[in-house]
Amino acid sequence: MSDYCLSCHSGLIPEVSWSIFFTKTVPTYLCSSCENQLTLVGGPTCKICDRPLEKLDPQYVIGATCYDCVRWEEDPEWQSALLKNHSIYVYNDFLKEVISQYKFRGDYIIAKAFSENIRKKIKTIDYDILVPIPLSKERQYERGFNQSEGLIVEAGFQPTNFLQRIHSEKQSKKSRHDRIHVQQVFRCIGSDLSDKRILLIDDIYTTGSTLRHAAKLLKEEGAQSVSSLTLARG
Amino acid sequence: MKFAIINERLVPEPLLHQQEPTYPISNIETIPQPPINKDYSFNHDLQNLLTGKQLPLDELPYSIHEIHQHYENGCLIYRKGITFQKGKAKCERCGNTDQNWFAAYPCSRCGTSCTYCRRCLMMGRVSACTPLCSWSVVNSFSTNNSQLAWTGTLSQGQQTASTRVCESVANDSVLLVWAVCGAGKTEVLFEGIERALQQQKRVCIATPRTDVVLELTPRLQAVFPHIQVASLYGGSEDRHKQSPLTIATIHQLLRFYKAFDTIILDEVDAFPYSVDETLQYAVKNARKDQSSMIYLTATPNPKWRKECRLGKRNFVTIPARFHRHPLPVPEFVWCGRWQKPLKNGKLPQILMKWLHQRLQSQTQALLFIPKIDLIPVILPILHKLHPKIEAVHAEDPQRKEKVQRMRNKEIPILITTTILERGVTFPNLDVAVLGAEDRIFTESALVQIAGRVGRSKQYPTGNITFFHFGRTEAMTSARKQILSMNKEAVEKGLVDV
Repeated sequence: MSDYCLSCHSGLIPEVSWSIFFTKTVPTYLCSSCENQLTLVGGPTCKICDRPLEKLDPQYVIGATCYDCVRWEEDPEWQSALLKNHSIYVYNDFLKEVISQYKFRGDYIIAKAFSENIRKKIKTIDYDILVPIPLSKERQYERGFNQSEGLIVEAGFQPTNFLQRIHSEKQSKKSRHDRIHVQQVFRCIGSDLSDKRILLIDDIYTTGSTLRHAAKLLKEEGAQSVSSLTLARG
Repeated sequence: MKFAIINERLVPEPLLHQQEPTYPISNIETIPQPPINKDYSFNHDLQNLLTGKQLPLDELPYSIHEIHQHYENGCLIYRKGITFQKGKAKCERCGNTDQNWFAAYPCSRCGTSCTYCRRCLMMGRVSACTPLCSWSVVNSFSTNNSQLAWTGTLSQGQQTASTRVCESVANDSVLLVWAVCGAGKTEVLFEGIERALQQQKRVCIATPRTDVVLELTPRLQAVFPHIQVASLYGGSEDRHKQSPLTIATIHQLLRFYKAFDTIILDEVDAFPYSVDETLQYAVKNARKDQSSMIYLTATPNPKWRKECRLGKRNFVTIPARFHRHPLPVPEFVWCGRWQKPLKNGKLPQILMKWLHQRLQSQTQALLFIPKIDLIPVILPILHKLHPKIEAVHAEDPQRKEKVQRMRNKEIPILITTTILERGVTFPNLDVAVLGAEDRIFTESALVQIAGRVGRSKQYPTGNITFFHFGRTEAMTSARKQILSMNKEAVEKGLVDV
């Protein structure tokens, strides 16, 4: 519980109702006006990447799958590398700002604003190990922390660092084609992955290529299945 | 980054030859400072970058090896970014001590739960393991030619103030210049700045708003053509420019440390209260121990006005505008319970009449309203009067464009929240305030709003009306303040009556 909204720093006034006496209170970190600007992923979504299908042009929806995922699954190299992605929020302008405050400005405590929803979501997923998408050494030093790891830790879970990044270029500067057709970006430093169900954690799902690169590698190393959870679905 | 202490010197972790105990800089009680080595040939670019500044290592484009060598030779100072007293954190960059503005993170640099300041996070994170770097000796600032290229003349009132500014610069004292809206306070600074530059002093003009920095920079560059004026605001490119004359937003001052011999603070009263503490700290940090401080404002706060009255504050007034006409005095018009009829789409008749008159006489007008939410209610009503009437508020993405269209006389009446209370000048303008009794219209806000009228030489008069549902103390005090300035101006012979 904090006294001020982590996003706009206005004072938080706890809502007073009878439930305070009877139920465990969930700590709040955002004021209601900031909280209301977050949109949860909902309605029908792509069964693989969790993208909301409603706003998508119908020509890009095949059954319950989006066209992007259809393309991934048609490619024998990437087929079923990633079992399923789960995303919590729609990546709108507000969330974009909050995430940039979190990872680029380095405002670590923002992770707490999402911890409750992350905790709830993780509990609905079957997995054995939580693996954060790593940063390059240089970037991790620059930021001082790994934003995906922060999300896991602040939600009260234990991350396992099974991956290491080989390339250090910024993803956001590349096109979809560039992102998919890079050589391996990760190295596996974990051992004994056999029969393990892995849940990858990242901040944003944009094209899904980062997660698929990691998933493919982990499967090659023997993981039984790899799914993912991201804070935002771009 | 962590440091070891070897032979009473700091040694950064990456430069250690063998395993030594290391600590985040905030855990080291006193930071040892090696004496200056006069024979050391230091890096002049680094000196330029760090003179009078306080920057985290991340902002220095040099290797830790090179940076640290300057420490070894006494040229560079490391200070703690965050200090702790009785377990309470303080940010040494912005002065924040409000514990609600601190948080901690598991830091990859120092491996501890590292406390950081959220208050000044937008300037780059300062945490418990962040050293702030400064240059150890601050040289005087030599300028080849600081000549003032300005051919205008000062009004009598301006001249008096200008002389006082020069005195203050010369003897490193504090001065408040209390100049009415439209007095021409920028010109009052020219002579003082010229004096300062001639004495190799470094000058900074600081203001709360980026708009003002952008407006002042070309004006000062034009009158001091032989020096390079540095213009600092969020995202500006002059960040590392060393200049004898810096124009900066207050936030940018947080990068400075004992840098300036003269600081001129423009529109001190425009700071929101919450920023005030940070401001005080930033200014204190950016001044040299011996320096002058000049405050410029049209509306000093009540505390300062009292200090002036009691002779406890060094001040000078410019009670009249440069065009020698008295300030327009606000009229009070009672308009009843205006909020309720507004819900049914009705504005007070008397206000409608006032607006109608402006449209007929083709005088542009500003209509100030207390709340943003009123815009969607009032705008449709006024569109019936004239389709080109517009509204503007702080978050309006077209704010700049609308102000420009107002300047081009394309908008007959502009509805606005208090954001246009200062800084804007439209010639031949009348101003109305609806709901002048609202709390948002403080005495100084109302004085500033009234100050929009009659600013130009061609149109030195105009009408300012407060439409209200019960007069407030702020309204009466605002009028009193304006009347007393006019009276003083007459007594001193600064207006033609």
